[in-house]
Amino acid sequence: MKILVPVKRVVDHKVNVRVRADGSGVETGNVKMSMNPFDEIAVEEAVRMREAGTCDELVVVSIGPKQAEDTLRTALALGADKAILIESDERVEPLAVAKLLKELAAREAPDLVLLGKQAIDDDAAQTGPMLSALLDWPISSFAAKIEAKDDALEVIEEADNGREVVTLPLPAIVTVDLQLNQPRNVSLPSVIKAKQKPLERLAAADFGVDLAPRLEILATRAPDPRPEGKRVGSVDELLAALRSHAGLLEGEAR
Amino acid sequence: MADRESMQVDVVVVGAGPAGLSAAIRLKQNALKSGNDVSIVVLEKAAEIGGHILSGAVIDPVGLNELVPDWQQKGAPLATQVTSDRFRYFTSSRAFDFPTPLLPKLFSNHGCYIASLGDLCRWLGDEAEALGVDVFPGFAATELLVDDMNVVKGVVTGDMGRDRNGEETSGFTPGMELHARYTLIAEGARGSLAKKAIARYRLDREADPQKFGLGIKEIWQVAPENHREGHVEHILGWPLDDATGGGGFVYHAAGNQVIVGHVTHLNYTNPHLSPFDEFQRFKTHPEMRKLLEGGQRIAFGARAMTSGGWQSVPELAFPGGALIGCSAGFMNLPRIKGSHTAILSGMRTADLFSAALLDGRGNDVIEDAKNKVLAGALHDELHPVRNAKPLLSSFGTIAGTVLTGIDLWLQQLLKFSPFGTMHHKHADNDTLHLARNSTEILYPKPDGVLTFDRASSVYLANIGHDENQPVHLKLADASVPIRHNLPQYDEPARFYCPAGVYEVVKDASGMPSFRINAANCVHCKTCDIKDPAQNITWTPPEGGSGPNYRGM
Ligand SMILES: Cc1cc2nc3c(=O)[nH]c(=O)nc-3n(C[C@H](O)[C@H](O)[C@H](O)COP(=O)(O)OP(=O)(O)OC[C@H]3O[C@@H](n4cnc5c(N)ncnc54)[C@H](O)[C@@H]3O)c2cc1C
Ligand code: SF4
Repeated sequence: MKILVPVKRVVDHKVNVRVRADGSGVETGNVKMSMNPFDEIAVEEAVRMREAGTCDELVVVSIGPKQAEDTLRTALALGADKAILIESDERVEPLAVAKLLKELAAREAPDLVLLGKQAIDDDAAQTGPMLSALLDWPISSFAAKIEAKDDALEVIEEADNGREVVTLPLPAIVTVDLQLNQPRNVSLPSVIKAKQKPLERLAAADFGVDLAPRLEILATRAPDPRPEGKRVGSVDELLAALRSHAGLLEGEAR
Repeated sequence: MADRESMQVDVVVVGAGPAGLSAAIRLKQNALKSGNDVSIVVLEKAAEIGGHILSGAVIDPVGLNELVPDWQQKGAPLATQVTSDRFRYFTSSRAFDFPTPLLPKLFSNHGCYIASLGDLCRWLGDEAEALGVDVFPGFAATELLVDDMNVVKGVVTGDMGRDRNGEETSGFTPGMELHARYTLIAEGARGSLAKKAIARYRLDREADPQKFGLGIKEIWQVAPENHREGHVEHILGWPLDDATGGGGFVYHAAGNQVIVGHVTHLNYTNPHLSPFDEFQRFKTHPEMRKLLEGGQRIAFGARAMTSGGWQSVPELAFPGGALIGCSAGFMNLPRIKGSHTAILSGMRTADLFSAALLDGRGNDVIEDAKNKVLAGALHDELHPVRNAKPLLSSFGTIAGTVLTGIDLWLQQLLKFSPFGTMHHKHADNDTLHLARNSTEILYPKPDGVLTFDRASSVYLANIGHDENQPVHLKLADASVPIRHNLPQYDEPARFYCPAGVYEVVKDASGMPSFRINAANCVHCKTCDIKDPAQNITWTPPEGGSGPNYRGM
């Protein structure tokens, strides 16, 4: 099975994001960037399938600026075989990403496209589903477990009402959730080896896809600061506090 | 340990600061010139280059001019030239200017740039990689590899994926051995491997004890009407008393950003003193209030700097390598500048090692390294200011500054110093008075606008630290903090640590115990320096842990 994993370069999850002074968005100027954590989980899962022998080629792709090469090198160090950078300095919205990925899927012919369920910058969670619609491939979202079964995948997904087990024929799309795995530490020897692995650079503009943004961002605001917590001394005080607070304990049996 | 992989290179450099990167770049430049191929690896414990760099910084470009002469065309991030310069003294309510004509030449920041040293390092990292240097951020060197002949043969990177008790977890990844003909230690002030090398080879046997200061820094976005891009101020006096060395700095960078910082010399004597709170208090001076009011704090960090200067520079070369940059201590204290000297020391040292590599040598001692490195520019930078710190220590801030001024004028005009070379008598861990002989210090409560507590400050350092890893702050004897430090010095770690790592907590019966919140550590190294019992050793945690500074 050949797996394609798209990875996005986002503001590092350890960084406390700050809204730009003019409200035009989140400050990304001089901020540490790294791989979207959900994508890291997707890469890890694919690497595990590669190690288990169910996957025989693992390709990672990133759509973004030149610096996304760093993200791709990380994916190569985690264990991907080859990387593709589709370079674009513009904001690329989920639909455009999905269209680019569709074109790439036509070229690379993967059996599975494994994506993070969402990127932590815009939390859109759209790319996977849109790609599924464009390719007309089945999709399973929020995967907590993936098992390869002959020409199909059995996926346990996180749903609102519990866990669902679905089976998908290949080729297919799966988006992964937090529970799926714990990505490995990248070792120095693997970073060194990753430097030798192939990294192909393509230009987004050459794909013949309409990349123009369709969404307009009106304003970006920091959330209101959370009111300070209060320490209570006893269970009774706690109950009293909860009662006096916007009916938190309403409907309790008296 | 048998499953550790290893790799052979010509030179391994520990630390991607200005010293380490300059050495790496210079080694490659030399190799290109002489046509011999050298392989160079730079290890950096931060998740990305510059992530652990904290500096002022007003940068003197002399080093960069020599290293990458066309840095301007190549877009090095030195864009804001210093346009005006002020040297001030604060009392609790007033501010006085030192008259500029009285200031010796070297106090002038003319021709320097206000910049982020971290950003400059990231740029230098790209330069190094373009020359073929392998820079690996996210990997700390934790041990020197020393053979039976007591020769350094390289370093080991730290294991990853051990739990709190040191047991291997499912994510365990062993460290790697980097075997090298030469190892350059460029860890900055109070390097953990530098400390071991200095002790093992007694490199400091003919030097004075190294002296340190703790610098704490914030970046503020200020109201445009308060901002004067290119303006620089250095401030002595309040809130420190005259016997305590240190001072503040204010640098107006681009984009309405102002860098505010404060340094406390670590030879202070009152164990209750908290450099963090002194800095917070510094910001409440009417002059600072005026500047910062209506602004927003956007970054915080802390880092120790060396301040021993000329007398404290140890022997640089050891069998198989050398110390460079602030790991040896080339900081010019009165100028509070060490980045250009770090670059120069990296380059000078690289030249010596390039010659040795070309001769086919390796794993031996470079002879006379200290004299060769300290000749020329570094001599002219450090030798004249050698009495500044001892004068401040002996005579206090006001008299010490005046005497330093006189000393510098005499040297500038007559090439003569009435003081000769004064010495540092004590290491900084040796200067605390007993708690019972010291006044308690009551710091004002933070207002959350101009002044802050440690927790909300550390939050702005963007720390990443997997809690389930061995505690990287090692106590030689776990009972010392409570048994010795608490009764004698009121356990000063809880006051000097700017990140609130150390706490003394009491249980229900009032029994005190010592708590280490290792995940808060911003890698400033102060505990390793100041602990009166010298019981705390800072070791590198898992690679990529610690702050994620940008623009610092
Ligand atoms: C508050 C403050 C203000 C200052 N202001 C100025 C100024 O205005 N102008 C100026 O010129 N200088 C200034 N300095 C001094 C200047 O920052 C230092 O002299 C300079 O950073 C020293 O460079 P270095 O390369 O020796 O060490 P550092 O800059 O400290 O770099 C060391 C690097 O090595 C890494 N490292 C350490 N140990 C290991 C390990 N075991 N494994 C892997 N990596 C490791 C660190 O993470 C770091 O990236 C200031 C310093 C401070 C603290
Ligand atoms: S624990 Fe030590 S090195 Fe870490 S922040 Fe505190 S004083 Fe600095």
